[in-house]
Amino acid sequence: MRRLWRSVLFLGRDSRLRAWLKPWTDSLNTFSKGHQSLSVVLGMAVVTTVLPFIILFPPFAGFATQGDWVQGFASAGIFVLLALGLNVVVGLAGLLDLGYAAFFAIGAYSYAYGASPFAGTHFPFWPLLLVGAMVAALFGILLGAPTLRLRGDYLAIVTLGFGEIVPVVFRNADTYTNGTNGISGMYRPALPVTGTFLGLNPVPYYITVAVLVALAMVFLYRIQDSRLGRAWMAVREDELAAASMGINTVTTKLLAFAIGASTAGLAGVFYASKVTIISPDSFGFTVSFTILAMVVLGGMGNVWGVAAGAFVVYEIQSELLKQMNGFVEHLNLPPINLGVTTIDLAKVDFLQYQFLLYGLALVGMMLLRPEGLFPNRRRRAELHDVDDAEAANQELVEA
Amino acid sequence: MSDSPVTPVLRTVGLTKQFGGLIAVRDVDFEVPEGSISSLIGPNGAGKTTLFNVIAGLFDPTSGYIEFMGRRVVARPERSWLEPVLWMTGPAVLGASAYGAAVAGLSALVVEFLLFAALIVLIGVLILASVRPTWYVDGLVRLGVFKSARPNDMVAAGIGRTFQNIRLFANMTATENVLVGMHDQLRQNPLDAVLQTRRQKREESEARREAARWLRYVSLRGHDDDLARNLPYGDQRRLEIARALASKPKLLLLDEPTAGMNPSETEAMMQLFARIKSELGLTILLIEHDMRVVMGISDRVTVLDHGEKIAEGAPAEVRADTRVIEAYLGKGAI
Ligand SMILES: Nc1ncnc2c1ncn2[C@@H]1O[C@H](COP(=O)(O)OP(=O)(O)OP(=O)(O)O)[C@@H](O)[C@H]1O
Ligand SMILES: [Mg+2]
Repeated sequence: MRRLWRSVLFLGRDSRLRAWLKPWTDSLNTFSKGHQSLSVVLGMAVVTTVLPFIILFPPFAGFATQGDWVQGFASAGIFVLLALGLNVVVGLAGLLDLGYAAFFAIGAYSYAYGASPFAGTHFPFWPLLLVGAMVAALFGILLGAPTLRLRGDYLAIVTLGFGEIVPVVFRNADTYTNGTNGISGMYRPALPVTGTFLGLNPVPYYITVAVLVALAMVFLYRIQDSRLGRAWMAVREDELAAASMGINTVTTKLLAFAIGASTAGLAGVFYASKVTIISPDSFGFTVSFTILAMVVLGGMGNVWGVAAGAFVVYEIQSELLKQMNGFVEHLNLPPINLGVTTIDLAKVDFLQYQFLLYGLALVGMMLLRPEGLFPNRRRRAELHDVDDAEAANQELVEA
Repeated sequence: MSDSPVTPVLRTVGLTKQFGGLIAVRDVDFEVPEGSISSLIGPNGAGKTTLFNVIAGLFDPTSGYIEFMGRRVVARPERSWLEPVLWMTGPAVLGASAYGAAVAGLSALVVEFLLFAALIVLIGVLILASVRPTWYVDGLVRLGVFKSARPNDMVAAGIGRTFQNIRLFANMTATENVLVGMHDQLRQNPLDAVLQTRRQKREESEARREAARWLRYVSLRGHDDDLARNLPYGDQRRLEIARALASKPKLLLLDEPTAGMNPSETEAMMQLFARIKSELGLTILLIEHDMRVVMGISDRVTVLDHGEKIAEGAPAEVRADTRVIEAYLGKGAI
C-alpha cells in the first residue's frame, strides 16, 4: 500500500517511469519547440474536444448535465484569459497588480456601450472584441503610468486602489452606467453559420472562448520569446541592470500593463456578451484576488501552467464546492455536538468557504510546491535545488 | 575627429555628486583617451563606483557635466521647473474654457466634455513626460530645459558597463542575458513578434548566433542554456562582460572585474581586456584594487581619494606620487 501511494505521489518524478516515457516526451518536446504555435493550437483543439466527453463519465457525470458542464467550461475560459493576461504583468514583468479586475470591468462596459439597448447601439460582437481590448489597453497605460516609479509593496497598494476606484466610478456615475443596477440586455454575438448565439446553448460560446484562449496563448508565447519578452524578464530580475543594458524600463513596463489589460478587456467583452447583464459588483477585489491566486497556483510565468491553474481553480470553486453541498447533504451525517455549539455539516454552504480554501491552498502551495502546480523550468530552479530533489528521488526509488 | 590617441572619448568637467551631507565625488575633471585602457583607483569609499554610476546615467550629478564623444550628455537638469509649467498649460486652458462655458451658461454636456478633455490631456502629457520620446527631449533642449540622460540613453550613446556586485539576470540563461545586452541593437517590434514576420525570424536567429559568439569570445563554453545563477563565480563575471559587449559600446566601464579571482584567473582576465582593446578597438575604463592588473595593462591611471582626484598619469608616475602613497598607506608611511 505504501508503495502504491508512493508511486502515485511521485508519478511525475519516478525515474523508471520517466525513462520509459522518455522517447515520447522527448520527441513531443522537440516538436513543440520547433512548432510552438501549431502545438498550442493542436493542444487547445484536443482539450476543447475531449473536455465535453470526459464529463460524461463518473464521477463527473453525476454532478451536472453535459450542457451545464459546457456552460461552466465557457465561463472557466474567461478566467483562463484573465489569468493569461495577469501572468504577463505579474509573472513576466514582475509587477504585482492587485487591481486587475478593473480592466475586466472596462472591457465589459465597453461592450455594454457598443451593443446594448441602454446605450442604444448595436455594433457586431467581433469588432467590439478588438475595441474592448484596445480601450482596456489604453486604461492599462493610463493607470500604469502613475505607478512606474513604484516598486513592490507600494505598487501593490496603488494598483489595489485603482482596482477599487474603477467599480466605484461605474457604481456612482449613474447617468452613464445605470449605477448599481448595472446594464442589462446586451446583444448576443452572431455568426453567419450559427446565427445569433443563444443563452441556452453554450456550445458556440464554448468554442469562441477556446479560440480566444488559443489565440492569446500563441500571442503570448511569441511575445515571450522576443525582444520585449526578454526585456520584461530582465526588468523583473533587476530593473537597474536592465536599464543599464539599454532597456527603456518605462515603455517596457507600460507595454506589460497594456498587453495584460488588453487580454482582460477581451475577457470582459466576451463575459458581457455571455451573461448579458453586468453590474459594478462583478468586478471587485475578490475577482482580482481570484485571478492572482490562479496565476500563483498555476505556476507564474508558464503559459500552459497558468491556463491549467485557472481552469482547475475555477472548476473547483464553481463545480466542486457546489457539489460538496449536495454531497454532504446526501450523507445524512448527524450534527456533531461540541458542547458549546453544534456543527451540522449538511447545513454548511461550502461556496462560502471559497476564500478560506484559497487561503489554505496558497499556504499549502507555498510550503510544499512554491513554484506552482505547473511551473516553468526557471521558477523550479529558483525555488528548489534541482539536484537535491533528483537525489532524494533516487533514494526513494532505491529504498 | 582625429585618430590621435589623445582624443578624449569621455570627459568629465567639474563633476560633483553629493549624497545628503556626504560629497562622494568632488569637482572631478578627468579624461579617457580614445583606444586606451584607463584605470580608476583609490582606497575604499573613495567614490569610484559613484563616479561610474554618474557616467552611466544612474545618478544626476550635483554639478558639472559629462561629455561623451564630444557631446555633452549627463548634466544636472537645468530650468527643470519649466517642464511642469508646460504640462499644465494645456489642461489649464481647457479647464478655464470649461469654467467659461459654465459661466456663459452653455449646456452641461459641453462643460463636461471640456473637463474630460482637460483630464485626458493632463494624463497624456504625464505619460509623455515619463516615456520621453526623443522628439520630446529634443524639444525641451531647444526650449532651454536641459534634461539629464537615463542609463538606457547612455547605452544608446555607446557606454557599456559591468557592476561591482555582479548584477546578472539570475533566472535567465546565459544566452538570454547576452540577448538582453543586444536589446538596443535589435530592430524588431512587438507586432513583428506576434506575426512572426520574416524579419523577426531572421533577426532572432542571427541574434542567437551572435550571442553564442559573444559567449565564446569571453571563453564561456557549454553554459549557453544554463541559468546565470548556476554559473561559477568567475564565469558570472565573464558573462557580465559578454552582456556589456553585446550592446556594441565604444566605451566599456568595468567595476572591479577581477575581484575575488585567483592569480591565474586574473591573468586570463587581463588577456581578455587586451584583446577587447586590440581586436574590438574599444576604450576601457576600469576600477581595480589589484595593483598587478593596474600596473600591468593601464595606459593611464587616475587616483581618487575622498571623492577628489589626487593624481593622474602613466602607471609608473602615479606609483611614485607621494600623495598616492599617503592616501593608500597613511601619512606616517613617508
Ligand atoms: N546611493 C548612495 N547613497 C548614499 N551614499 C552613497 C551611495 N552610494 C555611495 N555612497 C557613499 O559614497 C561614498 C563613495 O562610495 P563608492 O561606492 O563610490 O566608493 P568606491 O570608491 O567604489 O569604494 P569601493 O572600493 O569600496 O568599491 C561612500 O562613502 C558611500 O557610502
Ligand atoms: Mg566601488
